[in-house]
Amino acid sequence: MIKARGNTKSDVKLIGSPMRKVEGLDKSTGRAVYTDDIVFPGMLHGKILRSPHAHARIVAVDTSDAEALEGVHAVVTGRDMATTYGIIPWTPDEYPLCVDRVRYIGDGVAAVAAVDEDTAIRALDLIRVDYEVLPAFHDPFAAVEADGSTPYIHEARKEGWNGNVTKKVKLEFGEVEDGLEESDVVVEGEYFFEGTTHAPIEPHCAIGLFEGNGKLTVWSSTQVPHYLHRELSRVLEVDPAKVRVLQPLVGGAFGGKSEPFDLEFCVGKLAMKTGRPVKILYTREEVFYAHRGRHPFHMKYRTGATADGRLTSVDAKILLDGGAYASFGLVTTYYSGQLLCAPYQMPAYRFDSTRVYTNKPACGPKRGHGSVQPRFAFEVQIDKLAERTGLDPIEFRRHNFIGSNTRTVNELRITSNGFLECLESVERASDWLSKFRNMPFGRGIGVAGSTYISGTNYPIYPNEMPQSGVQMQIDRSGRVAVFSGASEIGQGCDSVVAYIAAEELGVPLDHVRVMRGDTDFTPVDLGAYSSRVTFMLGNAAIDAARKLRRMVQEAVGEAWEVKPGEVLLAGGRAFWAPDTERQIPIREAFNLAETKFGTLGSTGSYNTPKDVHGDYRGGTIGSSPAYSFTAHVAEVEVDVESGFVDVKKIWVAHDCGRALNPVLVEGQMEGSAYMGFAEALMEEQIFKDADHGRAGLHNAPSLLDYRIPTSLDTPELEALIIESIDPEGPYGAKEAGEGPLHPSIPAIANAIYDAIGVRMDRLPFSPPQVWRAVESARAAGTLAKPGAPDRAAAAVAG
Amino acid sequence: MESTIDIARLVVNGDRLEVGIPTHYTLLEALRYVLRLTGSKQGCDKGDCGACTVLVDGVPTLSCIMPVWEALGKRVVTVEGLATAEGPHPLQDEFDLNGAAQCGFCTPGILCSAVALLHENPAPSRDEIREALSGNLCRCTGYAKIYDAVEAAGARIREGRGGINPEGHDRTPRRHARTRRSPDDQGTR
Repeated sequence: MIKARGNTKSDVKLIGSPMRKVEGLDKSTGRAVYTDDIVFPGMLHGKILRSPHAHARIVAVDTSDAEALEGVHAVVTGRDMATTYGIIPWTPDEYPLCVDRVRYIGDGVAAVAAVDEDTAIRALDLIRVDYEVLPAFHDPFAAVEADGSTPYIHEARKEGWNGNVTKKVKLEFGEVEDGLEESDVVVEGEYFFEGTTHAPIEPHCAIGLFEGNGKLTVWSSTQVPHYLHRELSRVLEVDPAKVRVLQPLVGGAFGGKSEPFDLEFCVGKLAMKTGRPVKILYTREEVFYAHRGRHPFHMKYRTGATADGRLTSVDAKILLDGGAYASFGLVTTYYSGQLLCAPYQMPAYRFDSTRVYTNKPACGPKRGHGSVQPRFAFEVQIDKLAERTGLDPIEFRRHNFIGSNTRTVNELRITSNGFLECLESVERASDWLSKFRNMPFGRGIGVAGSTYISGTNYPIYPNEMPQSGVQMQIDRSGRVAVFSGASEIGQGCDSVVAYIAAEELGVPLDHVRVMRGDTDFTPVDLGAYSSRVTFMLGNAAIDAARKLRRMVQEAVGEAWEVKPGEVLLAGGRAFWAPDTERQIPIREAFNLAETKFGTLGSTGSYNTPKDVHGDYRGGTIGSSPAYSFTAHVAEVEVDVESGFVDVKKIWVAHDCGRALNPVLVEGQMEGSAYMGFAEALMEEQIFKDADHGRAGLHNAPSLLDYRIPTSLDTPELEALIIESIDPEGPYGAKEAGEGPLHPSIPAIANAIYDAIGVRMDRLPFSPPQVWRAVESARAAGTLAKPGAPDRAAAAVAG
Repeated sequence: MESTIDIARLVVNGDRLEVGIPTHYTLLEALRYVLRLTGSKQGCDKGDCGACTVLVDGVPTLSCIMPVWEALGKRVVTVEGLATAEGPHPLQDEFDLNGAAQCGFCTPGILCSAVALLHENPAPSRDEIREALSGNLCRCTGYAKIYDAVEAAGARIREGRGGINPEGHDRTPRRHARTRRSPDDQGTR
């Protein structure tokens, strides 16, 4: 096994050029198979009965009438699967179906399998559940202040503790209070990031099949087949060697399919009970209730700087509104603070984060897990500090650049860092210098920067095994077969392994086949989360491919009586480097290798560095083999009469290390900028309060009412790729899937300020919220174009 | 609810079909569950997302809210019907070349909307493309790559070049802006 495999050589042939995706034509011709496209003879349809109460005890469940309905084959309740699970091994706090308590409107209580969907829906109506309704916590501040006089949402882990608290993290690096005291300028701000959800266009779907030999197979639209495999085995008590998880193509995920969901356990259990294949497809409404999206964050920041614009000290206090279950919340709580310490040098930093349970659908990871919210607050703080110190905000950021090959204040190891190039790139492309503070009232431009992880050095469950593995075969046909356990969710990881195989083995891209998404036949990869896949899978693929390449080189070298190192594989041929006239088709080269070595196969794996984090509790969280960097500039026009913000254009520059395929990298950057823009202006995962219907009911569980941008809403996006060539990434690559989202929101907030002099500290910047902020500014007499940065004036004002 | 089955005469992707279909089915259900044409997707089942868009007599139509009986006697074309024996429709090929399909779930519906647009107007402006695709939600791309693909396909249709683009990526319309640092230049600032 290799620890890391850097390749900073620039002699790559295919890598770095625009290429098709391996499943691209399948997707554009309708051949691509997603979970709901799969049908089996005799397949039953399942439905889940959901709680109408935000918080209640289950007194009794009577399923006899439902079971008696013609066409119903089985009904299961929480008692049939009474084992807790949770994606984080330290916080297993949910059951596949609730056993004795429901904790949000939409919590699953029972599930049926019937001959068709209509019969299953009718059967749900026949299940009688007696509830004892409990007082509910809808507000995180009420949840955190609870004294136990009404039942906590979960049992307190220790006597006297507040059972509504999932996790508290308080970490301090350097002398924060001293730093603030010694600062020339201190900016204090309060921010609110409203919750948002992933809204993938494909609803969650799963199919279970149980065979007479005791083997359980589950097809699922999951982005974590390996974790699903583990949890199915544990909860349904089937030997892991007899559980198989298949992952058809996934129609979007964004973090929303990165842990086990009730439907996956239910199809498994119902298949075990009936002996028939069972499918459950969530309705769109159920997708909104399943959630696991962005946590609402209530944030307070104090940030200090010297008069000449150097950051001195940062203090953050954050309350995370977690919803009914822990989900990834333990990690979210750490990420809310740990990922803020770059790309700027900060001598002192403290964060104090608390995640609480509330009686709403559970929050979890959404693209940019846990760090998009604080990044919004912090980059607005930076904008305020730049103004107070009389510096251009891009100059202020440059001034505080942390550098490459360094450590952050919380001891994360930074290697490659292209943030300065990102800043320069958006500054130039947006014509920043002529626009900032120079456009007419109502028109503005804003900047923000960020960093993100390329995977985590420590897996979700502690183990020392590889994080990613690849198996490869070549044979006399000249074809390469790649077996990859990575989770294709649209980001292109199946293509990445094919590009690497083609690059290393010299075959045309369409001679590579990728066998994927099947835990029976592919090596373990931990899943599509934390932007880990290109980095880790890519390194594993290089490892596997080079082992095969060496065998081919050796066999050809032997036949030609030349040194193996002089044999090159490229463009479908094997060449002798000193005289490239000497060449054979790659198929013949593979024949020579197969003759010499027998059947040709290899495996490759990657594991993360384990010795590059701080020596403190929580120091491993946020530790990554490499960090990506991003800068955005957004240009906006604000109509102060309506509060409507029209984002004209977003320039996004992202340091992805190396773009293995620039088309895919740009796609990730544009998609990220779009998704951040959407959260900035439109999206709100909110719930009714008692004054507006039933408290805890989702306000808008449809794709019409939960507003996501159409083509007409989305601004022009310009992607600018920065390549810092990471020393440990595959060909120097780092992540591109999540990092580019982070600066979207603060860049727009800062642009609104440049346009009309109004600070937007609460999301979303929807017309009612902007209009209210405009009205307050009008009343205060501050509604005006802000002045240009002026060091001298700033020094006088202090 | 007892479902009644009736014989429906449908014309789908040029095939004249006579099939028994439950009378309460939507066109999408008939396509997916009865004809097994699963290219058209169900994203919301209430006409909000556009993933189920098919062409009915050439008009982009939300098949998840159209009762199947309204499609009788009309020509229905789904994503499966866009390719010919010569190869994929230029839009299908350009979607692949331009990275316009990430997860691909909205793609069949977007292709149907785009085919109708290019049929009427093979040289649409970017605003006309945005307008034509405004009923199809894409959650992955930010739409930028989709516009590139539609423009490139329009050019191929105007020039009478169908099928797979043999020149592949050499004709990709976008310039990929890149700044690369040499590996030696890793110094801190």
